[in-house]
Amino acid sequence: MNAMNFDLTAEQGMLQKMIREFSDEVVASGAIERDKNKAFPVEIFKQLSDMGIMGLPFPEEYGGAGADTISFAIVTEELSRTCASTGITYSAHISLGGAPLHLFGTEKQKEKYLTPICTGESFGAFGLTEPNAGSDAGGTETTASLENGEFVINGSKVFITNASYAKHLALTAITDRNGNNKEISAIIVPTDAQGFTIKSEYEKMGLNASNTTELILENVRVPEENLLGVRGNGFKQFLTTLDGGRIGIAAMAVGIAQGALNKAVQYAKERKQFGKTLSQFQATQFKLADMEVKIQLARTFVYKAAWLKDQGRPFGKEAAIAKYYASEMAMEVCDEAIQIHGGYGYMKEYEVERYLRDAKLLEIGEGTSEVQKMVIARHIL
Amino acid sequence: MNIFVLVKRTFDTEEKIVVSGGKIQEDGAEFIINPYDEYAIEEAIQKRDALGGKVTVVTIGGEDAEKQLRTALAMGADEAVLINTEDDLDELDQYSSAYILSEYLKDKEADLILAGNVAIDGGSGQVGPRLADLLGINYVTTVTSLEIDGTNVKIVRDIEGDSEVLETSLPLLVTAQQGLNEPRYPSLPGIMKAKKKPLEELELDDLDIDEDDVEVKVETVEIYLPPQKAAGRVLEGDLSAQVKELVNLLHSEAKVI
Ligand SMILES: Cc1cc2nc3c(=O)[nH]c(=O)nc-3n(C[C@H](O)[C@H](O)[C@H](O)COP(=O)(O)OP(=O)(O)OC[C@H]3O[C@@H](n4cnc5c(N)ncnc54)[C@H](O)[C@@H]3O)c2cc1C
Ligand SMILES: Cc1cc2nc3c(=O)[nH]c(=O)nc-3n(C[C@H](O)[C@H](O)[C@H](O)COP(=O)(O)OP(=O)(O)OC[C@H]3O[C@@H](n4cnc5c(N)ncnc54)[C@H](O)[C@@H]3O)c2cc1C
Repeated sequence: MNAMNFDLTAEQGMLQKMIREFSDEVVASGAIERDKNKAFPVEIFKQLSDMGIMGLPFPEEYGGAGADTISFAIVTEELSRTCASTGITYSAHISLGGAPLHLFGTEKQKEKYLTPICTGESFGAFGLTEPNAGSDAGGTETTASLENGEFVINGSKVFITNASYAKHLALTAITDRNGNNKEISAIIVPTDAQGFTIKSEYEKMGLNASNTTELILENVRVPEENLLGVRGNGFKQFLTTLDGGRIGIAAMAVGIAQGALNKAVQYAKERKQFGKTLSQFQATQFKLADMEVKIQLARTFVYKAAWLKDQGRPFGKEAAIAKYYASEMAMEVCDEAIQIHGGYGYMKEYEVERYLRDAKLLEIGEGTSEVQKMVIARHIL
Repeated sequence: MNIFVLVKRTFDTEEKIVVSGGKIQEDGAEFIINPYDEYAIEEAIQKRDALGGKVTVVTIGGEDAEKQLRTALAMGADEAVLINTEDDLDELDQYSSAYILSEYLKDKEADLILAGNVAIDGGSGQVGPRLADLLGINYVTTVTSLEIDGTNVKIVRDIEGDSEVLETSLPLLVTAQQGLNEPRYPSLPGIMKAKKKPLEELELDDLDIDEDDVEVKVETVEIYLPPQKAAGRVLEGDLSAQVKELVNLLHSEAKVI
C-alpha cells in the first residue's frame, strides 16, 4: 500500500500551470476596473468556456471534462488569486449551479440543463437563501403548489449568485405541509419564465464584479417534471450540495490569501524605510512567515477535503473545517497584507484592500463561520 | 502534412536561477517548454488543422521531459517522441542534438519540421539549421509568417529591425520567432486526453547510434550569472547641459568615446 502521496497528478499539474498563467495574463488585468465599475467578467468566461473549464468536474457526455474535485479547487484558487469576483462566479457556477443537477438530475434533466452549463452557454446558479431564511435554510417560505401537473411557485430569494447570467436555476420551495413539518423540494426554473423577476441592485462591500441577485417569483409555472431529485428531499439535497460548495469557498480563500501574500512579499522587498527594505525588518518577516504558514495549512486541508470527496468518502466535516479555517485565515492574511503596505495598502491601486473586502464574504456565504462550527461540533459530539 | 516539432525542456529564466559548482541547480528551478518552441507547436497545430495530417513533437532529454511533451500533446499535438539519452550521454551539444534528430527523422518523410528560433538556455539557434543540413532540406530561420500552398511556401522572416519575404518549397525546416502566432492555453479536455496519446520512448540503440558518434564538440568552460545591473542615473538640468554631461560621462566614466 502506498496511498499517502502529496503530489499532484500529471493532469492536475498541467491544469495548475495553465490556469495560473491564464490568471496572471488574462484575469489579473482589469480586476481593479471591474471592481470599480461592477463589470461582470464576460470575456474571461468566454475564454474559460473555450478552454473547456466551465464543465470541469462533470461527465464528458454532457460536455464536461470529467476532472476531479482537486482540479476544481486548483482552478478556483488560481482564478481567485487575481480576481475573487471571477473566483466566486466560477465556484458558484460549478458547485452550486452544476453540482445539484449532476447529483440529483434525471438523464433528461442533465442533458437539457447540465449541458449548457458545461459548455458555458448558461451560468450555473442555486436559489436557497431567502429574506427570512439564511443560516436557518429550513425556514424557507417560498411555496410551490402542484396544480394540473404544474408547480406554481411564489416567493422570493436573496443574494443569489450568477442568476442574471443563468438560463435556468434550481431553487428550494415548500411543496407540502404536514402539520408543522414542511416538505421542501428543489425545482428547476427557467429564468425567462413568466412571473420570474431577477434584480441585481445590491450595493456590495466586495466581489463587485460578481453577480448577486434577488429573485422574485409570482405565480411562476413550471412542469412537474422540473422537480429535481426526490420530492421532499430538498433540504437533504442542498446540504449535500453545500458540502461540495464549501470546498470551493475554501479554495477561493486560499487563492485570495496567496494573492495578498504575493503582493505583500513583493512590496516588502521594494519599499525602503529607515534605510532598509521592509523585508529586512524582522517584524515584517514574521508577519510574512505567519501568512505563509496559514496559507499552506489551509491549502493542504482544502486538498484533503477535495481528495476525500474524490475518493467517494464522507467529507462534510473536512469541507466545513477547510471553509471555516481558510476563510478566517484569508481575512487575517489580507489584513496583514494591507498593514505591510502601510498607507498605500489603503489605496485601491495596490489591490490588497480589495482582497480584504472580497474575502469577507467567505466567512458568510455557503454557511457562516458559526454554521461551520455547528457542523464540525455535530460531527464530534 | 507530416509535421514534426522539435521541443526542448528548459529552465524558466523568469524564475530564480541558482548557479553553483559551475552548474545551474535543477532543484527548485522551474522547467518549461522553451518559449520559442511554443510558437512552433502552435503553428504546427494550426497548419495541421488547416491542411490535415499529423503533428509529432520530438525531444531529446531525460524522463523529466515527458512533462513538456504531455503539455504539447495537451495543446493539440497528436504524438510525442522522447529520445531518452539519460543513460547514454552526460552531455549534449548542438552537433550531437542535430545528429540524433537527423538519425531519427531521416526516414520519417517529414513535410515540415518546426523548431524554436533559439532555446533560451543555450541560445545558440543552431540545432534547427544543422538538422536541415544533415537531412538535406531547405530551412528558414526566425520566421514570423508561414503560408503553405501545395508544396509552395511563402515566408516572412525577421531580420534585425526589418523583415524579409521569401519563397521556398516543402520539405522544409523553419525556426519560429516571436510574432508567428499566439500560443494557445492547453484546453482542459486536451489535458485530460494527453495521457492517452501515444508517447514513444527511444534510446540511442533504437536509432543505431553509437555513443562515439555523438561525442560533444563543445566544451563548457564556465557558467556564471550576468553581473547585477547597476541602477541607472537620470541627468538633470536643461537639455544642452544634459547632453554635455552625457558626452562627458561617456568619455571619462564609461570610456566608450
Ligand atoms: C455575495 C453573496 C453571495 C451569495 N450567494 C448565494 C447563492 O448563490 N445562493 C444562495 O442560496 N445564497 C447565497 N448567499 C446567501 C448566504 O449563503 C447567506 O447570506 C448566509 O447563509 C447567511 O445567511 P443570512 O445572510 O441570512 O444571515 P443570518 O442567518 O441571519 O446570520 C446572521 C448572523 O447570525 C449568526 N447565526 C445565525 N444562526 C446562528 C446560530 N444558530 N448560532 C450562532 N450564530 C448564528 C450567523 O452566523 C451570522 O453571523 C450569498 C450571500 C452573499 C453575501
Ligand atoms: C487615508 C490616509 C490619510 C492620511 N493622512 C495623512 C495626513 O493628513 N498627513 C500626513 O502627513 N500623513 C497622512 N497619511 C500618511 C500616514 O501617516 C502613513 O501612511 C503612515 O505613517 C505609514 O507610512 P507609509 O504609508 O509610508 O508606510 P511605511 O512606513 O512604508 O510602512 C509600511 C509597513 O512597514 C512597517 N514598518 C515601517 N518601518 C518599520 C520598522 N522599522 N520596523 C517594523 N516595521 C516597520 C509599517 O509599520 C507598515 O506596516 C495618511 C494616510 C492615509 C492612508
